[in-house]
Formats: sequence, structure tokens, C-alpha cells
Amino acid sequence: MRILIKNGRVIDPVNKLDTVTDILIEDGMISEVGVDPDLEGIDMEVIDASGKCVVPGLVDMHVHLREPGQEYKEDIESGTMAAAFGGVTSVACMPNTEPVVDNESVVRYIKTRAAEAGYANVFPIGAISKGLEGNYLAEIGEMAFAGAVGISDDGRPVVNSGLMRRAIEYSKMFDVIVISHCEDPALGEGDMNEGAVATAMGLRGISRAAEEVMAARDILVAEAVGGRVHIAHISTRGTVELVREAKKRGVKVTCETCPHYFALTEEACIGFNTNAKMNPPLRTADDVEAIKEGLRDGTIDCIVTDHAPHHPDEKQCEFGLAKNGIVGLETSLGLGIKCLVKEGVLTMSQLIEKMSVNPSKILGISRGNLGVGHCADITIFDPEKEWTVDITKLHSKGKNSPYNGFNLYGKPEYVILGGEIIINQGELMK
Amino acid sequence: MKQDLLGLKDLSAEQIMHILDTAATMKELVKSPNKKTPHLQGKTVVNLFYENSTRTRLSFELAAKYMSANAANISASGSSVAKGETLIDTAETINAMGTDILVMRHSMSGAPHLLSPLVIASVVNAGDGMNEHPTQALLDMLTMIEHKGHIEGLKVAIVGDIYHSRVVRSNIYGLTKLGAEVTVGGPSTLMPMGIDKMGVKVFDNVHEAIVDADVVMGLRIQLERQKKGLFPSTREYFRFFGIDESRLRLAKPDAIVMHPGPVNRGVELSTSVIDGSRSVITDQVTSGVAVRMAVMYLLSRGGF
Repeated sequence: MRILIKNGRVIDPVNKLDTVTDILIEDGMISEVGVDPDLEGIDMEVIDASGKCVVPGLVDMHVHLREPGQEYKEDIESGTMAAAFGGVTSVACMPNTEPVVDNESVVRYIKTRAAEAGYANVFPIGAISKGLEGNYLAEIGEMAFAGAVGISDDGRPVVNSGLMRRAIEYSKMFDVIVISHCEDPALGEGDMNEGAVATAMGLRGISRAAEEVMAARDILVAEAVGGRVHIAHISTRGTVELVREAKKRGVKVTCETCPHYFALTEEACIGFNTNAKMNPPLRTADDVEAIKEGLRDGTIDCIVTDHAPHHPDEKQCEFGLAKNGIVGLETSLGLGIKCLVKEGVLTMSQLIEKMSVNPSKILGISRGNLGVGHCADITIFDPEKEWTVDITKLHSKGKNSPYNGFNLYGKPEYVILGGEIIINQGELMK
Repeated sequence: MKQDLLGLKDLSAEQIMHILDTAATMKELVKSPNKKTPHLQGKTVVNLFYENSTRTRLSFELAAKYMSANAANISASGSSVAKGETLIDTAETINAMGTDILVMRHSMSGAPHLLSPLVIASVVNAGDGMNEHPTQALLDMLTMIEHKGHIEGLKVAIVGDIYHSRVVRSNIYGLTKLGAEVTVGGPSTLMPMGIDKMGVKVFDNVHEAIVDADVVMGLRIQLERQKKGLFPSTREYFRFFGIDESRLRLAKPDAIVMHPGPVNRGVELSTSVIDGSRSVITDQVTSGVAVRMAVMYLLSRGGF
């Protein structure tokens, strides 16, 4: 099957391309990039992308698909369907499932399920420690051989500094990235960001130091052993500064933030709004400013969603009992355009770097590239077209989004996965 | 539309004064030999208490009974709550039984706010986590008015565990709306970050906090805070933050001493201060019944 994408603004940061041109897809691969290839008389599907951006399919390296074990929240089918509607063609899924992804058979299970039911490429992330218990290394080598692209105890910090050191050293042999959920538990106990807003609502504050001390530790550990570490979901000015300084010194550290850390502040929690409860918590306007600055100057490499679907009963309850996290796959591109591109923080090309190119590089997967011969994972959207978020219509099983009623831009109109059109004019095809 | 009393954060100065004026009348009734009015005849008041309470629950129960309401109490232990029922399901059950006023205490901030839109009954917050305890602050203000004649211009010093106190938050909202100057004092480990943004002066020592105060209010120190390492010992607490007669001399000569109770004698206040002539602690208890009568009466008549 051939697909011709005509007259789109092709944004391909790896190949330094940002121009109106055509892309031809054959047999799941990109076979030609350039204006008006000679295609007289050849049978093919033609997508008119005039006025739209044509970008490498987004890669979200921090997603909770909840399968196996928590299918009441989400499963691989619903989670990847949400991804497809969000223009995300590849997700890396976190190992805090039941059972935990801490051995190769669970990695293989996820890959098999994704091949059967998935609407996106699924790259499993294995656990750092057996059972996420923070005591002993999981079988990192075997998981890497089975297809795990990184290791993380996400959702829980690795409290034992010695274990984190071993994880960084050991994972080097298999070239998988260690992704650190930074939270010192003794400082992190609480409901929302510490400060005047929490105090006025009588909620327990989470110190920003909870995130920062562990980010500092992991940077120093990586530096000491010459390994690399990726700091997950950074939310504070302090963490941005720690990573910035570390990169200057040449430490092999990368990091990510989430749309909510540049789109929202702690004030979203007012009225005990459990859809604004997450970990790390939403911070202040000053932190939002620092996150944007970190995105602008390249300190922050990636934008990920930390897509964390929950059942309604787990959110419609007392704030202190509500689960942490929000869904994000269907709103991340729109928030990136609205809060970063439209506000001049990033160019569209830089946004795509952070949402596709850089995560691919960090995970070592051959995505995020529209060059000839590359896998045809492509997302097409109109960055000027406004749409309104209706959380009841999200395709994820989780409706726990704080963005209901938000006007965003650039809802994906076409999503191509390995040369197959998954979303066609905004409709699911498969 | 029904009205609730979730917190003083949501009320205007006029609404607060309206409740206090009504409560002043009710207090006469509480002190009278014949404590029965038909104000809530035919109405049902349910006290839903997820936290142990003796005085607040009894205060609400008597307030309801003095006004001829049907009053029932539910406590968390020994009820369906212990069987794992969610707050929402419990509330809907109570709602379906024809409850008019649902008085609720819960250990989680925001619990009554969660419940309010789901029930027909007016919800009265009898203390939610560290957030608010509006009837306590109202009874404190009623007591202040009785002893000082007014709230505006008063200097009120609140000393103790500010971090965990719903009493302090409701008092700050109420007192600042009525024009009082509020200072808070306590150990820095029990002082929540950003409390100054609520319009109060903050001190980490007792002396500066109570200097020239018209009202000195001690807050209960929960002994489990010590186990969490928030202060070293009750002995050291009393040495640096306890209010005894010599410290009380820093306040105005006619200052009154208050405490929401129950008091740890010799920790927040010395026994001589508790039992001394300036203590109005037992009067606060009487005000409590009056305030709760006023709140429930006004809610049954459409609100404040």
C-alpha cells in the first residue's frame, strides 16, 4: 500500500527539515520526501495536508497502560487507542502493574498484547528492583533482551542510594536507560505542593525538596560511576537548575517534564479538585516559568504525559484518599502547542524534538525520524484549528483529566502507524 | 437552593454577624431553666462522626434536641464505615432516609465539600481534617463579643500547633473578616508554610505573639505529633510555648484566655491559667451549643 501526503508542512527536526513538501510511504516505510514525485498512474491513497503540520509520530516515554492487572483503570487496547487519538505512535509503559514488570515473561506478555490489540507501538520499561520493593535488582539483562527499553521503579523512588548506583552501573552493559522517580519519601509525605494554597485548604504540603534532593543524588551517583540517568517528570525550579548545572559539567543526565507542569499551577487544586492531584504535585507560577525556561534552553529534553488513568471511584473521594495522577495522552500535543508554541517558548520543530525525537534517542528506538527508509509513523494536525476538551469523550478508560473545557489546538487529523492509517480525518480506522 | 456551612472562608462578614446575633439569643435559652423551643420541630439532624468526639458531638446533639429536632448519631466504628463503605455511599444512604441537616466530622480536609452536592440535606462541617471547624470559630467569636463587646480592632493571639489546626484556619477566616488583628505563634515545625498569606502575623515564639493581646487562645497539642518528631517533648513545649501567669502578663491586663478543648493541663496552658479569672473556657462550651442552635435554625430557614 502506498500513501502520498501532499503539501503538508513537513517538520523533521533530525533531518533539519521544516518546509512544505510531500512524503511518499511504501510498504510501511518512508520512500520519498520531496515535492511532486513522479507518480503518474500509480494507485495510492492521497492525503491532502495543505495547511497542516506533518511530523514524526509522537513518542511518549512515560505512560501507565495498567495492563496486566489493573484493567479496570486502563488496558493496552484502550491506552494505545488514547495514544493514537493524541497523535502518539509510540509509548513506553511503566512497570508498576500487577504483576510488576520485573522479569522477561511480563515484558513479553506486554509486547504480545500490544501486537494483538495495540493502536501504537508499545515499548515496555522494566522495574529497577524486584517487585518495585527497592531491595534487589530485577533481571535487567533478560528484560532488555526481551525488549525492555529502560528501567524504572516509577511511582516509587529508589530510596537506597547503593541500589541506584548498581542499577546505573548494571544497566550500562545492556544500554538501557535508568529512569528515576525522584521523591524522598520522608520529605514527600503530603497531598499537594507545600505553600499558601495547601495551608489555606488544610492539606498537607509536599516539599519541593523531596524531588530535588533525590534528583541531586541521582545526578551525583551517575556522575560518580560515569553512567547515565534520566530524571522523570520534573516539576520544580530547583530540579531544572540541578539538571542544567549537571549538563554543563558533562554529566550524562537527561530529563522530562509533563504538560501539567507548564500548563497548570497548584491553584488547580482549589475546591479539593482531585483531578489536579498528582505526584510530583502541581507547583507555583514561578516553577512553571522555570520549566518553560528549561524547555527553551534545552535543559529539559522531553515532554511526556505520565498518563495515569484511574477509575472514577479512585478520584471521586476525599482529596487525601484520591489516587495521584491524570490522563494525558489525548491532550499533550494540544497543550504543547497552546502553552509553548503559541506563547513563543518553543518553535513547532523544537516541540516535536521534545515530543518525538529526543525520547526516541534516549530510549534508543528508531523512531522520531521522517528520513527515507524510516518507519512511517506520522502525525498530521492543523496547529491553528481549535478544539475543546470534553473529558467524557476521552478514549482512555480514565477520565481523570483537569483540562475539561480547555480550548487547545491541533487535534491530530491523521495518524499513520508503520504505514497504516490509524486515524483518518479524526476517526479511528482500525 | 439549600445552604451549607462548610467553612467561614465562604461566608461574608454580614453572614457571620447574622449567625452571631442569632446565637446570642439562643444562648439565653441555653442558660434558661426550660430548654425547649419548636424551632426544628419535625426536622431530622444526623451527626455523622468519622472521628472521635465527645464535646462537639454532644454540643450538636443537645443543640438539635433543645430545638425539638429528631437527632441521631453515627460514629465511624461499629457502622457500615468500618465495613468499607465509601463516604459517598454512606451519605447517599443517610440522604435517602430524609435527613434535613447532616452534621459531619471527618479526618480528611474537604470531605464535607465532597458530600455537599450529593445530598439534599444541609451539610454542617463539624471539623474536616486540618481545613475548617466553622462552628468552633463562631463560638469563639461569640465568646469574644460577650466579653469584649466587639471583634473589630481586637488583637487575638493563637498559640500552639498551627499546622494541624482546623480551629485556627476557621478563626483566621472569621476574625479577619470582622476586622480583628490575628497573630499566630508556635514551634516552627508546627507552622504551615504560607500562613502569612492568610492575613496574619506569624511568630515562632510565644512572647511576640501574645504581646498586647486582647484574647489569648491556646490550641491543643496532639501527643502523636511528638512521636512524629515535630517537637521533642511536652516538657520542652511548655517551657517555650506554654502559657503561664508570667507570660500572660505580656497580654493586655484584661485579656481573656481561651482554648477549644480538651486541654492538656501543663502543656498548652498552666493549670492556674486554666482555672484563673481570665479563663473563659467553660463559657466557650456554652457558646458552642448556642452557635450550633443558631446555625441549624438558620439553615432550616433557608440560610444565613
